[in-house]
Amino acid sequence: MDKDYSLLRLKLIAVTLGFSLIPLFLVGTSLYVQFDRAYSARVKETLRTVAEDRRHALDLFFDERISQLTTLAYTHTLDELVRSSVLQDLFELIQRRSKYYVDLGVIDQNGDHLAYAGPYPLLGVNYREAPWFQSVMQRGVHISDVFLGVRKVPHFVIAVLRWEGARCWVLRATINTDLFESMVRAAQVGKGGEAYLVNEKNILQTASRFHGQVLTEAPTPNLARFRGTRLLDEELPRGRMLMAATWLRNVPWMLVVLEDPREELLPILETRSLALGLMVLSICAVVGGTVFVVRLVIAQLVESDRQKAALDANLLQTSKMAALGRLAAGIAHEINNPLAVIQEKAGWIHDLLEEEDVQASENFREFAEAVGKIEQHVDRARKVTHRLLGFARRMEPVRQPVDVNRLVEETLQFLENEALHRNIRIHVERDPSAPEVVSDGAQLQQVLLNILNNAIDAVGRDGQVWVTTQFDPAAREVRVQVADSGPGIPSEILGKIFDPFFTTKKLGSGTGLGLSICHSILTNLGGRIEAANRAEGGAVFTVSVPVNDLRA
Amino acid sequence: MRPYRVLVVDDEPDFLETLVRRLERREIPARGAASGKEALAVLETEPCDVMILDVKMPGMDGLEVLRVVKTRWPAVEVILLTGHASVESGIQGMELGAFDYVMKPCKLADLIPKVEQAYERKLLRERAGPP
Repeated sequence: MDKDYSLLRLKLIAVTLGFSLIPLFLVGTSLYVQFDRAYSARVKETLRTVAEDRRHALDLFFDERISQLTTLAYTHTLDELVRSSVLQDLFELIQRRSKYYVDLGVIDQNGDHLAYAGPYPLLGVNYREAPWFQSVMQRGVHISDVFLGVRKVPHFVIAVLRWEGARCWVLRATINTDLFESMVRAAQVGKGGEAYLVNEKNILQTASRFHGQVLTEAPTPNLARFRGTRLLDEELPRGRMLMAATWLRNVPWMLVVLEDPREELLPILETRSLALGLMVLSICAVVGGTVFVVRLVIAQLVESDRQKAALDANLLQTSKMAALGRLAAGIAHEINNPLAVIQEKAGWIHDLLEEEDVQASENFREFAEAVGKIEQHVDRARKVTHRLLGFARRMEPVRQPVDVNRLVEETLQFLENEALHRNIRIHVERDPSAPEVVSDGAQLQQVLLNILNNAIDAVGRDGQVWVTTQFDPAAREVRVQVADSGPGIPSEILGKIFDPFFTTKKLGSGTGLGLSICHSILTNLGGRIEAANRAEGGAVFTVSVPVNDLRA
Repeated sequence: MRPYRVLVVDDEPDFLETLVRRLERREIPARGAASGKEALAVLETEPCDVMILDVKMPGMDGLEVLRVVKTRWPAVEVILLTGHASVESGIQGMELGAFDYVMKPCKLADLIPKVEQAYERKLLRERAGPP
């Protein structure tokens, strides 16, 4: 029985949890995945925008430098510039506007340094073999990679070529990278982000915040030149990084912007923990609620099963009693007829014994005694069969005169032994003025037996029970009060004790029907039963039966 | 001899015979009938004042006999005798006009007063005039 319930409980819990948790997981997971996707896309888009902004700024920077130098070259002739004071003046003029320039130099088509404005003694150096010189002679403009040069300071060179009739010359400017580096660094994001430039050989052109100095190899992969901006997920020594790469327009340099996804995706991680937390809370709530509800349902089920079982037992008992009653009635009837014959025959012998001649017989006394015994035992058998018939009749309500005082006395006889055994004294106080009532004696006896039994059970051992009968002429009622010296009835259950299936006895020892049957018996008989607690302790039950005589 | 006649109806011959003999011994003129039919036949020829009638008999049962008696010989008082404590048949018998009902086995000492009372009631009713 208990195993059936726990199996059912498990099934109910499993099904309910399945139907509540699966949708919860689906909703939670899909929402999280969707949010994660959208947020990641946004982070990447922001990175792309930052990288492109920076590239534009850098492109503009180089455009400006080139156009500045081109303007200078084409507004002056070589002869003008070779006079050293002119170049010095020009250098000071552009220095005033922008601090990038370290020096300016003029080199003729043979590679000879003809004029120089700046801090270093570079006049007279020949550049004919230098790669940058060859490059500018071929293409007209050259921007070199960053190099340390003699000064051990990172810088690069911009050179522009000017044709002046048949000859040509080169205007060359050296630019420090420090100011320029700050432009690149503006693309750095957060604590873990960085930005740098690399050349075509993947050599750092500006210092990396975390990955080394200028002119060392960059940690990021070497990408061939491409158009637009690329977003990559790269595994670097520092961990996984989001990388945006884009090539500059005028210089063969690539701008790399790195971003720490852990930092950028912090909100999504927070969301994930929040979602997980909420999920765990919801699961707890669902599991708790399910277990609670299932427990409630099972308890209800157990209770109704118990009531059903008790009802079934009661019905079975009733039908058993009815069958037994019919059997008893049949037996009593079959025995009553021969008993009647025996009685008449014995009576006849008795009659004959009264005749004189028989009285003279020496065995007369023996005969008379034997016949007397026969009559006595027929009477005894008659009482048995009549009691059997009375038991059979208990199934059907009857109305007969009942002497309540005698009924109490008879009922107490059933319990005398039990009371003696438990050392319980039963005090009886009868009201001799109580008239006979018209009622069902057998059913009243059942009620009295029940409450007397309860009283003895309540006392347990070593106590007292008081039984009082009383006639109330005003209400035309006979009352029987049964009081005990037991613990009394807790006030919170006092109102419930006549409810069907209410029991304080432990499971299995009482159906909880006894007092409810008493109640319905008395209701049917037009009487009532009441329970109360005595001021001095113990319970008192009062049964009131209407007299119901013809005068009423 | 008492001034009234008793008819005892019972299907148990031993009981019937003995009861009749015991009544006669007490100077009550009595006669037996072993079935309902026989009882009605007796009533056709012999007048009777009080009838002691067993309820449960094979053939015509006591209540049927009572019904016939109360229509044809309403003056006859009937005491029902039953081995069964069936209250309904007792009540039904009373409703049909029986004087009383007695449970078997019944002591003669209890039965005779009832017979006397029944006869007294018959006399009272006759004195009051025909019903």
